[in-house]
Amino acid sequence: MALLRTRRRRNRAREGRTRGDDAAERPRRPPIVELRDATVVYPGGHVALERVSFEIARGEFVFVVGPTGCGKSTLIRTLIGEVRPASGEVLIAGHDIDRLRKRRIPHLRRRIGTVFQDFKLLPNRTVYDNVAYTLKVTGERRSEIRRKVPEILRLVGLQGKVHNYPDQLSGGEQQRVSIARAFVNHPPLLLADEPTGNLDPETSIGIMQLLYRINRTGTTVLVVTHDREMVDKMRRRVLALNEGRLVRDQAAATYHEESTSEFGVRVRAEMGVGEGHTNGEPIEPTASAPGS
Amino acid sequence: MRRIFFFIAEAFRALRRSASPSLAAIVTVVMTTLLLGVFIPVIRASSTTTENVQSQLALYVYMYPDATKKQAQAAEKRINKIHRVKNTDFVSPNEGLNRLRENIGKSEIGKGITQLQGKNPLPYSVVVHPDDPNDLPAIQRAITPPGKHAKPISPAIQEVNSGQKAAQAIRTVTNAVKVMLTVIAALLLIVSLLLIANTIRLSIYARRREVEVMRLVGATNWFIRWPFVIEGLVVGLTGAAIAVGMLWIGKVTIIDPLAENFALIDNFSTVGFVPLIIVLLAASIVVSALGSGITLRRFLRV
Repeated sequence: MALLRTRRRRNRAREGRTRGDDAAERPRRPPIVELRDATVVYPGGHVALERVSFEIARGEFVFVVGPTGCGKSTLIRTLIGEVRPASGEVLIAGHDIDRLRKRRIPHLRRRIGTVFQDFKLLPNRTVYDNVAYTLKVTGERRSEIRRKVPEILRLVGLQGKVHNYPDQLSGGEQQRVSIARAFVNHPPLLLADEPTGNLDPETSIGIMQLLYRINRTGTTVLVVTHDREMVDKMRRRVLALNEGRLVRDQAAATYHEESTSEFGVRVRAEMGVGEGHTNGEPIEPTASAPGS
Repeated sequence: MRRIFFFIAEAFRALRRSASPSLAAIVTVVMTTLLLGVFIPVIRASSTTTENVQSQLALYVYMYPDATKKQAQAAEKRINKIHRVKNTDFVSPNEGLNRLRENIGKSEIGKGITQLQGKNPLPYSVVVHPDDPNDLPAIQRAITPPGKHAKPISPAIQEVNSGQKAAQAIRTVTNAVKVMLTVIAALLLIVSLLLIANTIRLSIYARRREVEVMRLVGATNWFIRWPFVIEGLVVGLTGAAIAVGMLWIGKVTIIDPLAENFALIDNFSTVGFVPLIIVLLAASIVVSALGSGITLRRFLRV
C-alpha cells in the first residue's frame, strides 16, 4: 500500500516536471522497470552502462543478451540497488532507486526475486531451509512458512527433495531451489542472471519452462543469458547490450500465448532435445535451421 | 519475540557449524582475559607499593642538642608555613629513642641502646612530609638556604637530613616502574583488541556468502548483524568464564597459601577478586559483541 502511495506521488512529481504529459496516460500503472539514460560508472572509471534507456511493462518476459563484460550483470546489480547510477534514472515500479533511502533497499529487494548462475544456496541448510530463509528474513509467520514452502517446492518440482542438502542435488535441481527461494514471496519482478549458464540444454529448457510458468502467473521476468539459441526459440523481447550501450531492443517476435507444457514441447522440438534425457548427460543440440 | 528466538537460534547454529573458528575465538578471549587478569592486579600492586615507598620519603630536621622544646616548636611552626609542606611530625628525644629502638632494636647495634643507662643523647627533631616527594629538594632549600652565610629559618636547627641520594634513587626507580607498567598494560590491551577483532573477522569472512544471500533476499542490516553480535556475546562470555575459572583456581591454589605465609603478598592484592572478574567479564563480552558488529560493517555496504 505504501509502495502504491509513493508511486503516485512520484508520478505526479514527474508529470509536473515534464509539463503537460497527455492526461490519458495518467492512470496507467508505471512500468515495472524503467531506465532513462542510466549511466553506471564503477570506481576506477570503468563505464559499465552508458545512457541506457528502456521500459519493461508488467508481465513481460524479457531477455538481455550480449558478450561478456557488456554490462548485463551491472544491469541486474543496478536493479537491486547494489550499484547506483552515476547519472540518469532507474525506476522500479515508478520508484527512483537513487532517491531510495539506504534503509529501504532491503525492502526493495524483498519485492524482487533474484536467481544467479552459481545458485548462491547456503550449503549447510536443507532445500526447505534455504527456501524458508527468505520468509524468515521478511518476518513471515511460522504457519505461513510451513504453508508456502512446500507449495513453492511443488511448483518447481522438488517436493521429493525437501530435506536434501544442496550438494546432494544436480545443478538443475539446485537452480530450481534458487528459483523457489526467489519466487516464494511472489515478487512482481524476477531477475535471473545466466540461470542456465552452468546447465546442459535439456536441464536449461526445464529451467526456462519454470521461468515461463512463473511469468504466466503475472510476474515480470528478466533473464540475462548467453544462450542465443534459447533466446531465439523463446521468441520473447530481447534487449542486446554491447560495451554498456543498448544496441538492440527487439520487441517480442510474433508469438501466441501458449501453456507451459506447450512451450516445453515446442522449444524441445525446435532445439532437437528430446524428452527423457537424464540430467547431466551432455547433449549435442542438432543444428536445426535457425530460421524457424 | 519471534525474531529474538530466530536470532539466537541462528547464532548457536553458526557456533555449532563453524566449530573451529569459534573455538579459536574463544581461546583468544581466554588468553587475553587471563593475561589481563594477571596483569591488572600486578600493576595495581606495584603502583601502590611505589606510592607507599614514596610516601615514606621525608625530611628529618634535627635541632641543636641544647635547643629547648619551645625553640623546637617555633621552628616546626615556621617549617609548616613553607610552601608544599603537607604536614610535620614533632619528635621529642624520648619518642626519637623509641623510634630508633623500633627500627634497629633487634640488631647488634640496637643492643647498644640498652646501654644508655637513662641518658638520651637525641635532640628534638621534626619530620617534614611533602605534598609530593619531588618537592623535597625545594623544601630543604627553604629550610636551610644554600650558601656560606645563609642561615636556616630557625636558629635552633642544626641540620637537615634528607637521605637525598636514596630518595633520588627511589624516585627514579618508582617513576620508571610506573611508566613501564603503564606502557605494558596499554600494549596488552591493544594486542588483545586486535587479536579478538582479527579472529572475529576471520569467522565472518568464512560466512560472507551467507551474508551475501541474506542481503539478496532483503534482510535489513540489523537483521544480518544480530546473530553475529549474539555469537560474539556467547564467545566473549564463554572465553571470559573459562579465564575467570582459571584465575580463581590460580588464586586458590597459589596466591592464597602464599598470602597466609607472607604478609607481603597479602598487602599486594590491592584489587578485589570480585570487582576484577566483573570487569574482565564485562570487557570481554563488550569487546567481542562490538567487534562482531563493527567488523560486519565491511560486508554490509549496500
